[in-house]
Amino acid sequence: MSQQAVNGVSHRGRVLTLDSMNPNVKRVEYAVRGPIVQRAVQIEKELKEGAKKPFTEVIKANIGDAHAMGQKPITFFRQVLALCSYPALLEDSKFPEDAKQRARRILEACGGHSIGAYSASQGIECIRQDVARYIEKRDGGIPSNPDNIYLSTGASDAIVTILKLLVCGEGRDRTGVMISIPQYPLYSAALADLGAVQINYYLDEDNCWSLNITELRRALSAAREHCNPRVLCIINPGNPTGQVQSRQCIEDVIRFAKEEHLFLMADEVYQDNVYAEGCQFHSFKKVLFEMGPEYSNTVEMASFHSTSKCYMGECGFRGGYMEVINLDPEVKAQLIKLVSVRLCPPVPGQALLDLVVNPPQPDEPSYATFMKERTAVLSALAEKARLTEQIFNTVPGITCNPVQGAMYTFPRITLPQKAIDKAKELGLVPDMFYCMRLLDEEGICLVPGSGFGQREGTYHFRMTILPPTEKLKVVLQKIREFQLHFTQEFS
Amino acid sequence: MWNMKQLEYGALARRANQIKDELRQGVRRPYKEVIDVFQGDLHRAGMKPLTFVRQVLAACVYPPLINSSNLPLDVRQRAQEELGRCVGGSVGSYSAAPGIPEIIHSISEFIKRRDGGIPSHPENIYISPGSQWSISNILNVLVNREASPRTGVLIPVPCHNKTVLSITQLGAVAVPYYLSEEQGWALQVEELQRALESAKGVCNPVALYVINPGNPAGYVQSQKSVLEVIRFAWEKRLFLLVDELYQDRVYGENCEFVSYKRAVSEMGPPFSGTVELASFHSVSKGFSGECGLRAGYVELVNLDPAVMKYIHTLFSKDACSPVLGQIALDLMTDPPKPGDPSYLLYKQEIEQIRTVLLHSVKKVHEVVNSLPGFSCPPIEGGLFAFPRLHLTPKAIQKAKELGLQPDTFYCTRLLEEGGVFTGPGWEYGQKEGTYHIRFCIAVPQDIMEELLRRLSSFHMTFMKDFS
Repeated sequence: MSQQAVNGVSHRGRVLTLDSMNPNVKRVEYAVRGPIVQRAVQIEKELKEGAKKPFTEVIKANIGDAHAMGQKPITFFRQVLALCSYPALLEDSKFPEDAKQRARRILEACGGHSIGAYSASQGIECIRQDVARYIEKRDGGIPSNPDNIYLSTGASDAIVTILKLLVCGEGRDRTGVMISIPQYPLYSAALADLGAVQINYYLDEDNCWSLNITELRRALSAAREHCNPRVLCIINPGNPTGQVQSRQCIEDVIRFAKEEHLFLMADEVYQDNVYAEGCQFHSFKKVLFEMGPEYSNTVEMASFHSTSKCYMGECGFRGGYMEVINLDPEVKAQLIKLVSVRLCPPVPGQALLDLVVNPPQPDEPSYATFMKERTAVLSALAEKARLTEQIFNTVPGITCNPVQGAMYTFPRITLPQKAIDKAKELGLVPDMFYCMRLLDEEGICLVPGSGFGQREGTYHFRMTILPPTEKLKVVLQKIREFQLHFTQEFS
Repeated sequence: MWNMKQLEYGALARRANQIKDELRQGVRRPYKEVIDVFQGDLHRAGMKPLTFVRQVLAACVYPPLINSSNLPLDVRQRAQEELGRCVGGSVGSYSAAPGIPEIIHSISEFIKRRDGGIPSHPENIYISPGSQWSISNILNVLVNREASPRTGVLIPVPCHNKTVLSITQLGAVAVPYYLSEEQGWALQVEELQRALESAKGVCNPVALYVINPGNPAGYVQSQKSVLEVIRFAWEKRLFLLVDELYQDRVYGENCEFVSYKRAVSEMGPPFSGTVELASFHSVSKGFSGECGLRAGYVELVNLDPAVMKYIHTLFSKDACSPVLGQIALDLMTDPPKPGDPSYLLYKQEIEQIRTVLLHSVKKVHEVVNSLPGFSCPPIEGGLFAFPRLHLTPKAIQKAKELGLQPDTFYCTRLLEEGGVFTGPGWEYGQKEGTYHIRFCIAVPQDIMEELLRRLSSFHMTFMKDFS
């Protein structure tokens, strides 16, 4: 007899309970929008209701959302998208001719000449062709086949889709997926959801978060004991760590993938966000092909890009694509089926992607403004990257690797033992305790390093470098003050 | 000559695209353009977007338009309002994972109004990039991959194939229950019972998927039917997944859309507090027809709060729904009101669409039933006709020779010779030995006339060829 029946409680058991639900879903966590953000939202609510706090706003430096932090959209992109949304504006003389031309071309490719029609599941064909041309240009002429391009709802969608294809097997044969620690928690969330085995390889914090092949080897052979490793994920430029891998490193990774028969997933959404001198973005595709046919004909790979980052920062449009290389034709057929279930990626995002890969050219009217805006965004980010590293490294208890690229800093914090003990008392991971306190006392929302993974006994937080420069300076100052005061409190 | 033996997933769609390309290049065919009514895609079929919606979206995308005197005042005010709800005042920023809070509130108010005042709680609503996305997410929570026997989900036959694909991709079993074609595609509880019985020893059914109004079959469930299904789900402990995308598409004179949420609530205890329900809606199939923007929502009723926490995390790892789609959802649930500058035009455009659809529904029924070997019950709701083909043994034989399903053979020929792109019934499921085709009826009047003309002409020839 059930406990409820014994108690005489008339509450009937539900169909969907913690016991009956998919156990994998219970393992899914996503720190970027996790408990600390929920607390931040709660605080914002309290502020709105008039609560008195030591701050007047919550600064959400937890999420890589440029527009949320005041970055302006690229005028040309928004003009074309407005024309696509309401084609009557094509008669409006206030819009430049090159914007109108792009809009007409996109609308021509849409069903019923409307961005409200479904597109093919793989994405609008002429946009895939434009993406292929962009990749060719970026990679010094190495051919790209539009059939290998799949447009997606942000890069996340494509990443999860590929993982769905790759994860299979039971028990000891279950697919193992190698991912860097620290990593962007979409990967760990997706792997938990799919019931795949996560294989952690540690980036070297003492060497600017570089990737060592010896570490890859270690992780792989340990993993072979209990799963079937088939995939190697790499984020370059890195999130949260911001390192830009050297060309040599990329070659080594490709060689490793070939030797160990691993499918490479190259997350390159920050490819335009490179700041440090001496650093350069090298696409995995380019390096693969430059290593010759022995590699380019055999290594299976998917590279991902998106409209959410770089200089456009259009997260809300959910635009993205992946390029697949050397995929088995039968697997490709399954891939087509998989992407068809969601019908198609959002058409405005596809249109935006088309503009990103096909921006104004020097001979076009919008070129000057476009380049000015693009340069302004990227140079502001570079300056903020430099500033952040500089200031954090002056704070006792905080050490910060150079922010070579992407949009984040992932500094290491030294926590006094008393603070660690207090955290444990409260049932919190130490860096979550730190971040919660920072949120409550200064109104700054960061994501604890535990959300991304870190070496045992080390603590970090991830902060975006996106707030406007003056605000960023204030944030850095406040964190410095907090760090000093926190250290003192728990000394 | 196209090899008719190639039957793969999407082959018909690829052929349709090929023909469209050929026509664009000037190749001569018996028709100048393909009438593409394969999907429930209003804009592709020739219907126009709603002016108000597109004006607001344009101003949201390019805010300088908010100062443009070329746009009506309410458009500009609305765009300003929408932008005020976006973080950083831009449609390019992420929203909260479940959706922009004010838009979720709008949706909950819409649901409340629709359901005669029954409250709808915003924290039970999640916006997603299209309804299939949330259907997949909810199925993901329901389907225990490690369970033995496997999880089962009851699905109607016929059914659009996306949900079925989701179910099988998750490793669950789709358990078919047959709608009764003789009774205008009615859902009969005895058939639900039979389906449940058939699952014994095969899988463990945990959910019942219902489409109302139907797709592809154009039925609208009566109040009695809805109540019967709810009672059945409650008795048999099945989670109800209700696809209500076509709730704005009701034509039958004595038909009315009955929302499952409302019915559950009005049944009172014990049902109202215990029937677990997920109802789905979207911006794709209503009057705005904005399929390409990808925006839908799910309302979850009577779910375990502990499970809701995990559902929340699941939705949050997908970042958020496209913001333009969310805004389109807001405009759908909170449209222009009498007195607003845009109201008259808005109302006119909606009426036009409604008139065209009512006309289509009548005409299709008339024409199809006048042709030999073709029959169709009245289309009560939805966006499709799903007429039955009474194929001769000769036609069936020819199809088999070519390695095609008989209705695929018909649709292939209809595409090649008639230039009309429709969907074969077997893709949606049907009773063994019956054949159907599906086509979208939301087309402008002149295109519908042309469609029916070509269909009639082709059908007569086809029936004659295989008599």
